[in-house]
Amino acid sequence: MTAMSNLRALQVDHVNVFLGHGAARKQVLHGVSLSLAAGRWTSIVGPNGAGKSTLLKVFAGLLPCEGDVQLLGAPLRSWTHRERARQMSWLGQNEASADDLTVWDVAMLGRLPYQAWLAQPNEQDRAAVEQALRTTQAWDWRARPLGQLSGGERQRVLLARALAVEATVLLMDEPLANLDPPHQTDWMNMVQALVKQGRTVVSVLHEIPMALQADELVILAKGCVTHQGASSAAETHRALEAVFDHRLMVRALEGQWVTLPRSPA
Amino acid sequence: MMKQRTRWLVLLGVVLALLLTAIGVCVGSTGLENLMLLLWRADVPTEQAAMARQIVWEIRLPRTVGAWAAGALLGLAGAVAQGLFRNALADPYLLGSASGSSLGVAMALAALGGGAGMLGGASMMNGGMAIGVFSSNLWVRLGLTGAAFVGAVLAVLLTLLLSRGVGHTLRLLLSGVVVGVVLGACTHLVLLFSPDSLQAMQAFMLGSTAFVGWTSSVLMLGVWLICWLVSWLLARVLDGLSLGDATAFSLGLPVGPMRVALVAVLALATGTAVAQTGLIAFVGLAAPHLTRSLVKTTHANLMLLASLVGGILLLSADILARGLIAPQELPVGVLTAVLGGGYLLWLMHRGQTRPGEAG
Repeated sequence: MTAMSNLRALQVDHVNVFLGHGAARKQVLHGVSLSLAAGRWTSIVGPNGAGKSTLLKVFAGLLPCEGDVQLLGAPLRSWTHRERARQMSWLGQNEASADDLTVWDVAMLGRLPYQAWLAQPNEQDRAAVEQALRTTQAWDWRARPLGQLSGGERQRVLLARALAVEATVLLMDEPLANLDPPHQTDWMNMVQALVKQGRTVVSVLHEIPMALQADELVILAKGCVTHQGASSAAETHRALEAVFDHRLMVRALEGQWVTLPRSPA
Repeated sequence: MMKQRTRWLVLLGVVLALLLTAIGVCVGSTGLENLMLLLWRADVPTEQAAMARQIVWEIRLPRTVGAWAAGALLGLAGAVAQGLFRNALADPYLLGSASGSSLGVAMALAALGGGAGMLGGASMMNGGMAIGVFSSNLWVRLGLTGAAFVGAVLAVLLTLLLSRGVGHTLRLLLSGVVVGVVLGACTHLVLLFSPDSLQAMQAFMLGSTAFVGWTSSVLMLGVWLICWLVSWLLARVLDGLSLGDATAFSLGLPVGPMRVALVAVLALATGTAVAQTGLIAFVGLAAPHLTRSLVKTTHANLMLLASLVGGILLLSADILARGLIAPQELPVGVLTAVLGGGYLLWLMHRGQTRPGEAG
């Protein structure tokens, strides 16, 4: 565990990201430097437009950026497509929906990094997909087209697709979208179980009480990291309250950290 | 792996295609004639039998096979376009590729002196009018197909440039419509300065299978086979892309090069069909839609099924076009435009009444 904690799962140095073209070109991340330990659950939080999803995309190599990005100690660019895909899994925000594919087919897409070009799925692929679908409680719908499922059910299938990769690092952007409270709790338990197995989970969350369940918080505002620290630390709570203009309070309740709304004076 | 329902549909598609081919061979401009029986009966005079044989083997069969192949190419192009652009309304016409192909053909004809320059063998059907664009010479056909392919590639690239990628559906479709209209106008302009090819191009612009000979049919079948094979090989990329570019990239798929290959397949399939049969609308849009309403499946199966459905649609339309106002013949493109327009309206109506299942 100690050796795992010393390893940096993800690291960015002096990263600048610009989005848009011409007059609409705008700098979204300003010289962000950050290092995330392996085998931990880190949540990225911040107000709307802070650059949370952009930062997650930089980790995933989905956006061109200035600066250095490293995955498991090696520059992201040095990984082959396939090797990178095996090490790092991605669950996007509002993923396009493959309505015609069945739940099984969608989850099986998570095994693409392991399959030869024209090879059929092998036993290992099928076992990984089954386990992922059972973990997200989507196994019973495996034969149904994705288009026939509700928003929350789809999200669980897409989550299963991300889990089926069996990657060391999981990046999730707004993974709780459309999930009802019981399934949000299931998601949290699943993430904690993954971390116990030594996986690294990085999530962008709007649900601050859920984010406080993570091991570590990264707080972003206006494209800059304002704080990084343990989610149980008092300094982290103060930084969290500050970044949301003291419109929320972090309090302890039955051994957990929760947030309460605070009306402006 | 092909599921049982898919296997049954493939079988049904093949059987229907064969059945329609048999009907297509029997239907002619003089109304419903059973030429097959004429050929098999022993008491028919030799001259009449030879004439019947010639009509079947040199006109009706190649035209029927050609109609199936053109439909299969358009159905395949539609399935590739809809998967590639993640848009159920994408089809070879709405992306401008058909107009680009048409302009390519018109420019090739104009550059080579219209009808006179392209004399590779006049069509048997209509001597003067069919020369050039409907020539049965292999080199002419390959040349026109090449021109149509280049036109289609450039048109799709222009559409993508104007829409700044595929991310914005409305912008993509509007760009496709703009490119289609502008390139259509350019085609007319080219024809204005090339009166020799104007008459032949008139039938071409309306879409017709009347002049498709064996050269065109075999060319289309060959190109369909290549395009189907390539798109089948790339079907997993389309499955991955259906979850979005980011997810496809995260799964290790080389999205950029694969997308280029798929645009090439789209352009080759559209260009080849348009170069042989002219502008036949809606088959590329309707075939994948109909397929998806029959079965929900992966792109690997969709490519084959959409081809089969496209072939059946165009073959049926061709038979109708020949039989509806016999002995006159409707250009099949006019018929598919009317039927396809109705189908699109029905889709829109269904989308309004059943919002969860539109498109």
